[in-house]
Amino acid sequence: MLEINHVYKTFNKGTVNEKKALTDLNLKLEDEDFVTVIGGNGAGKSTMLNMVAGVYPIDAGKIMIDGTDVSLMPEYKRAHFMGRVFQDPMMGTAAGMEIQENLSMALRRGKRRGLRWGITKQERERYYEELKRLGLGLEERMSSKVGLLSGGQRQALTLLMATLQKPRLLLLDEHTAALDPRTAKKVLDLTKEIVEEQKLTALMVTHNMKDAIQIGNRLIMMHDGHIIYDVKGEEKKNLQVADLLAKFEAASGEEFANDRMLLS
Amino acid sequence: MGILLAIQGAVSQGVLWGIMALGVYMTYRVLDIADLTVDGSFALGGSICATMITMGMNPWLSLVVAIAAGAAAGAVTGFLHTKCDIPAILAGILTQIGLYSVNLRIMGRSNTPLLKLDTMFKQLAALTGLPAAWVSLITGVVFCAGLITLLYCFFGTEIGSAIRATGSNEHMVRSLGANTNFTKVLGLMLGNGLIALSGALVTQSQGYADIKMGTGAIVIGLASIIIGEVLFSGKKRMAFGTKLFAVILGSVIYRIIVAMVLQMGLNTDDLKLLTAILVAVALAIPVAIEKQRQLQSYKASLGKGDDGHAGN
Ligand SMILES: Nc1ncnc2c1ncn2[C@@H]1O[C@H](COP(=O)(O)OP(=O)(O)O)[C@@H](O)[C@H]1O
Ligand SMILES: [Mg+2]
Repeated sequence: MLEINHVYKTFNKGTVNEKKALTDLNLKLEDEDFVTVIGGNGAGKSTMLNMVAGVYPIDAGKIMIDGTDVSLMPEYKRAHFMGRVFQDPMMGTAAGMEIQENLSMALRRGKRRGLRWGITKQERERYYEELKRLGLGLEERMSSKVGLLSGGQRQALTLLMATLQKPRLLLLDEHTAALDPRTAKKVLDLTKEIVEEQKLTALMVTHNMKDAIQIGNRLIMMHDGHIIYDVKGEEKKNLQVADLLAKFEAASGEEFANDRMLLS
Repeated sequence: MGILLAIQGAVSQGVLWGIMALGVYMTYRVLDIADLTVDGSFALGGSICATMITMGMNPWLSLVVAIAAGAAAGAVTGFLHTKCDIPAILAGILTQIGLYSVNLRIMGRSNTPLLKLDTMFKQLAALTGLPAAWVSLITGVVFCAGLITLLYCFFGTEIGSAIRATGSNEHMVRSLGANTNFTKVLGLMLGNGLIALSGALVTQSQGYADIKMGTGAIVIGLASIIIGEVLFSGKKRMAFGTKLFAVILGSVIYRIIVAMVLQMGLNTDDLKLLTAILVAVALAIPVAIEKQRQLQSYKASLGKGDDGHAGN
């Protein structure tokens, strides 16, 4: 359903800060693929997700979603296809607006916005039920400003927002990295639950190798702006963290320098 | 008696200028954009209104045209900001400077008096038999009440919510499928439409339009917003409608303060300096308080010795 063909992206081209973030990136996702993405810092994982979401224009190549070429489609139009959760819990929600208002914005993702009321009574009832399943007590605080919530609460809310209107593609960029271990586990469990329940196609960047192996049906490793390892099914299930480290060293000719990954 | 009259005049001025402050609120607070188009779009509303009235056109129609022209000015600033990536402050200044020439072209001179001509206030005074001062005050209050209601409803709609969200987290708004260029342009159009309407009303109330009538309007708008916020600072949660009301109230209080300092003998020429200082102080105080608090809590932690930070 998602096809990334020979995509290149260089930031600050022609300056001393020139940085090749993506070099000949290719990836093809099938429906209901749940792909975990790993790779060292600066490997291009976030850039790949940003290119798919249309945050920046690509330099070359093509991105197709369901057979539609979206390479030149602006970010707000591509939002029709995807739900997104970011590493920074501040990024996915509007702090100055109420919890229910944030949800009402999310419910209208990909829909034409007009002069109808921004939130209706039936919607509120649905939000109450959806918030309840997060188990964070947010359903009793629906008219509180999101700015009053903790990072973990905001991230759980963002996840709910990203999937409130079933997305064709769910993009998760280290969405538990900024949370404490307990909250991170909670948000990750919730992620698995929702992806399974809605049968979503998802790309999840993580720095936790064990999670990357256990979660989803496919795993890709990125290095220097492209994919160096792509594994799925049984083969993926049987992977060990040590295998991944070996793969990385073989492909890159370097020691795996990312201590965050070694620790996890 | 002189004081009472001065205060009545101040209140009715405050209400009419309050609509300008509402316009500033749209950009400065709702969209979180510092839009300097204000001075130009306020005079634009005045110029259009005065010119249309001298041409014998309906003074009420001139309000509609003023709103449309103000919205167009906002759209220009919005275009420069969103499509040409010019920083908002600079985009606003460019439009404002351009409008100076446009306004001179519209009026054909720098000042247009409406001495014997029919303004809406004169029409209403003739219709109701009320004194001019009261007519201006009541009309202003009715306009403000109507506008607050309209704005309250508009910001409850899908588009209105998207504009508010743009001011809070535009990144999120795009990721949820709304075009933030569009919401910003719309917010700027709305704000400057209100500002031009205010310019047109003030022109009819004072009986003339002047090319310089908008000079410093942005600062007066900010002063009104800040005074309104200080008045309600005790309230933790404020409904959007109350916030808008606070802006109008802030504008009225500002005019009363001005009337009082003028009564006390302040030179009119020094008024802008006074307003600028007022706004600068009001903006600086919260920062100073925060810095002081930070310093105090650091000093307190020193007093506790090594494990002063163990609370985390
Ligand atoms: N907006 C940007 N401007 C300039 N350089 C960027 C930008 N985004 C990413 N980069 C650079 O591109 C490279 C890939 O970054 P990123 O995709 O964030 O890596 P990852 O998420 O795998 O850690 C890095 O070298 C980073 O510095
Ligand atoms: Mg990243």
